[in-house]
Amino acid sequence: MKKITLTLAILLTTFLIPPNSYSDKNENIDYITKNLRCLICQGQSVYDSQSDFALSMKKLILVKIKEGKTEDEIYNFLKEKYGEWIVYEPEVNKNTIFLWGLPLILFIFGGLLIMRKVTIK
Amino acid sequence: MKNNKIFYFIVILIVAIFFVLLLGLKEEKNYTPQSDINKLNNSISLKELYSGKNIFLNDLFLTDELNLINIWASWCLPCKAEHPYLMNLNEKFDINLIGINYKDNLDNSKKFLSDLGNPYDEVLVDNDGTKSIELGAIGVPETYLINSNKKIIKKFIGPLDQEDYDNIINLIKK
Repeated sequence: MKKITLTLAILLTTFLIPPNSYSDKNENIDYITKNLRCLICQGQSVYDSQSDFALSMKKLILVKIKEGKTEDEIYNFLKEKYGEWIVYEPEVNKNTIFLWGLPLILFIFGGLLIMRKVTIK
Repeated sequence: MKNNKIFYFIVILIVAIFFVLLLGLKEEKNYTPQSDINKLNNSISLKELYSGKNIFLNDLFLTDELNLINIWASWCLPCKAEHPYLMNLNEKFDINLIGINYKDNLDNSKKFLSDLGNPYDEVLVDNDGTKSIELGAIGVPETYLINSNKKIIKKFIGPLDQEDYDNIINLIKK
């Protein structure tokens, strides 16, 4: 039982701590552009794309970073211009609550199922 | 009996998934930006093509007639195709045409206008494409119709065609 609790705790900690926080990469344009969708090459991120749109976008983001804009301010600016689709990570709202909530529900349900099986054995 | 139920459930589930995916195939995959198109950045300044003077875009908008921003480039073939519509708009109607030359060689853009005619009241230069991004453009050509309150009332992504032209005329006549 102790082992299961420890495993669950480690897994939860892994999911809750972001792998790269913006404060660590304060002036890293790559981090922001990897989370932006190129609207010309729609299968690629702005970081990967070499389209005119993506190249201009990278320049503009660099300008915004130099102006002292935060990651969220840059995303909000671009969302205002291009809609929420420009960012890969959708924000939590009534349209996306199921998308965000389902993995968590499945995770908890799966965990409970495993715990029940182990306890029965 | 229980196994039969599970079997039917799985078959129904697979059929349902199949139809959902089939419907998905028919959907339009290319995304067109959907944003609050009314908002216009007031602080955008660009260089004028001929004089090289810095001009605030906001200062060019007229309050007594419709304004039209057209993003174009001499290397862009669709821009050539829509050029006659812009020429007609300039010649026949009271509309303030502002051209934004996108990532272009200045000599080529001047030649483009001297060869095909200059429909614009002002021609500004966006040499690195960042100003167009600030306007919400994804490429060239793009055209925005702006009303007397300096709000974007219509966006045309891609070259203007007869339908767009008629649309613009209807809005001018309103």
